[in-house]
Amino acid sequence: MAIKILTEHINTPGIETFDVYRQKGGYTAVEKAIKTMTPEEVVEEAKKSGVRGRGGAGFPMGMKWGFLAKPEGVPRYLVCNADESEPGTFKDHHLMKTIPHLLIEGMIISSFALGANKSFIYVRGELMYVIRILEQAIEEAKAKGFLGKNILGTGYDLELIVQPGGGAYICGEETALLESLEGKRGNPRNKPPFPAVKGLYQSPTVVNNVESISNMPWIINNGGDAYAAIGVGRSTGTKLISASGHINKPGVYEIELGVSVEEFLNSDEYCGGVRKGHHLKALVAGGSSVPILPAHLIMKTANGEDRLMSYESLSDGGFATGTMLGSGGFIVFDETACIVRNTWNFSRFYHHESCGQCSPCREGTGWMEKVLHRIEHGHGSMHDIDLLVDISKKIEGNTICPLGDAAAWPVASAIRHFRDEFMWHITNPHEASQPGAVYQGEMALV
Amino acid sequence: MEETKPQLVKITFDGIEVEVEPGTTIMQAARKIAEADESQAALVPPAMCYYKPLPTSGGKCRACLVRVAQGSAKDPRPMPKLVPSCITQVQEGMVVENTSNQAVLDTRKSIVEFLLINHPLDCPICDQAGECHLQDFAFEHGSVNTRYEEDRRTFDKIDIGPYVQLHMTRCILCYRCVYTADQITDKRLHGVMNRGDASEISTYIEKAIDNDFSGNVIDVCPVGALTDKTFRFKNRVWFTKPEDAHRDCDKCCGKTTLWYRGDEVIRVTARKNTWGEVNDFICNTCRFEKKKTSDWVLEGPTKVKRSSVISANKYRADLVRKPDFAIKMAETQYKRIDDTRPYVTDDDTIRHQSIENNDKANHRSLLAKNN
Repeated sequence: MAIKILTEHINTPGIETFDVYRQKGGYTAVEKAIKTMTPEEVVEEAKKSGVRGRGGAGFPMGMKWGFLAKPEGVPRYLVCNADESEPGTFKDHHLMKTIPHLLIEGMIISSFALGANKSFIYVRGELMYVIRILEQAIEEAKAKGFLGKNILGTGYDLELIVQPGGGAYICGEETALLESLEGKRGNPRNKPPFPAVKGLYQSPTVVNNVESISNMPWIINNGGDAYAAIGVGRSTGTKLISASGHINKPGVYEIELGVSVEEFLNSDEYCGGVRKGHHLKALVAGGSSVPILPAHLIMKTANGEDRLMSYESLSDGGFATGTMLGSGGFIVFDETACIVRNTWNFSRFYHHESCGQCSPCREGTGWMEKVLHRIEHGHGSMHDIDLLVDISKKIEGNTICPLGDAAAWPVASAIRHFRDEFMWHITNPHEASQPGAVYQGEMALV
Repeated sequence: MEETKPQLVKITFDGIEVEVEPGTTIMQAARKIAEADESQAALVPPAMCYYKPLPTSGGKCRACLVRVAQGSAKDPRPMPKLVPSCITQVQEGMVVENTSNQAVLDTRKSIVEFLLINHPLDCPICDQAGECHLQDFAFEHGSVNTRYEEDRRTFDKIDIGPYVQLHMTRCILCYRCVYTADQITDKRLHGVMNRGDASEISTYIEKAIDNDFSGNVIDVCPVGALTDKTFRFKNRVWFTKPEDAHRDCDKCCGKTTLWYRGDEVIRVTARKNTWGEVNDFICNTCRFEKKKTSDWVLEGPTKVKRSSVISANKYRADLVRKPDFAIKMAETQYKRIDDTRPYVTDDDTIRHQSIENNDKANHRSLLAKNN
């Protein structure tokens, strides 16, 4: 039985209430951290654990905490990024609605470590019922003395505020999130200055993902070294993967980083294999923004080694033959899925969600969507394929925030690995534009 | 007590060393080079959204992206991505590549393409033509043909107040007018609505902008999206003669440029510097109501840049040379054009052909009349 850090008690009835959570050992980490440790020691444990940001970029959380500027007389803020809206990713949603106290406990410990007296949880606007669950849980914690003034008699004050977002994907970018939290239009800021120096209300701010923060109680209880012992290499600990698509058992799974992709896809403990009678065609391993990989490359790296569910192994081979772990949105396509249609769909999402601030992303995402729409509906021409590659190259790296990259990667990778299918769409426009038509040419199915 | 000057920072920009104060941006350092030596003006990165008199502007259009080959003397690593030169501050020992780097020029070309795909390209009927930053930018860095085949984004024209018309179709969303309204007027009524390529500058429920400094949004607009309703379709910019003038105004500094056609003042604008930026914003009374020479004290002709379209013979290559990199880019492009038309160089043939064409045209019009 694999180790469970976040989801151990997730199926216990009533775990969303304070009492049941407390019975299962909840809030002991807060007591330990606030009463027996200094903030520096908590940060040190986070560094030792090697836990990496679970929102997508995979930046070590302890290191991010270490960058926080600490000028005298200026408040510091911790903001939890719960604006999860990437297609294919739904892990934070699941975690917050089933076990809200885990996040709140993590927020108390992290705020204590960073010296923040006011912390925010920025929740995606569509998840109104999750916001109510979180607010209920905060009220309970406040009544029991774990939040508010003078927590557990130690003199440490913490106010926790849940802020609903307006439902924009771009507000999951940390600086756009801060703008939105300040009540402005959610446009990403130019960096530098980074939020660790000038963030929310021009004060030093740390923005962390829900899942990263939820790891903190376990790390405090068991020590950073114990956490670092789980996983493989620099990918330590466990990770929530939200599996969807053509598999037998879609859902949210907690895996130890380092499980092989093959095991995760086929074992009954996790996804339970591709649906009966079908074969794997392609796989998006980390949410819609990461490069899509064909079946043979997702199972084995270009060197013939087994591909593992870890930050390093998935990105092995760069973007030529690799992908990224991203936020853990595991989307599986069998041979009935049309890659062109899927790419167009992803592209449509990024076109819709671009904030419109910088020109490459504002104009480029719309252009790519229109060209893909044309190809999918049988009006494409051969030079459209190269045009798409060129547009994606011109967007990538030239934008203010990573949304431009996120829009460019799926298109570039789909053409890189499935160019035949794009060409088939162009040479057989009538056939390809029929609903449900899929390229049946030579493909390496697994 | 002696004044202590801040330690100057030395950077290398396209192989030219320059010393600037700490906290200066790369763009300002480049402008300093060009101000010292006018022949280097082509080195300065183009700015479509950055506007020095408006703090916090910049970083949006990505036209000024440059490569930093060496971050600083302490940390000589190159920066991983191209950086916007308008908001990136210089560091001691920084090495910046602008026109000397092909990747930068390629990116700039793609930025022109991105800005133009939803631009109507209606320069022949646009009042801004001739003093349009996008036109200059596209002329220097753009491609001759488009790869965009889809419909362009269009909006209806909106009248915002009695003096200003907003033609959103031409807008490149630089946010300059938003910052202007935000920073120099009392009540901000317009901003950016919607998102992505559907974003538009607008006033909420088409409310009129009504304050004494609203006319300045016309001056800051790099394209013809915000135009002066008292000047619309009155004249082409290059037929007018700019004269510096001032008057005693109780609201603003009163320093303006008058644009003459013959004896008539047909437009009043604020004075712009070499970089097309207004330093002293003017009020609506000066701009829209004082259109007689007797209202003003004339100072003399405005200095016009040689590269400006208002300057005579702007497009004669033998008089105004394009910068070297632009010539190189043009050569690589024009060679690829498959132009197989038989060009006639013989003078007599040309004359003969034109007579023939005239005859044909006359004949056609005669036929049309008779029918």
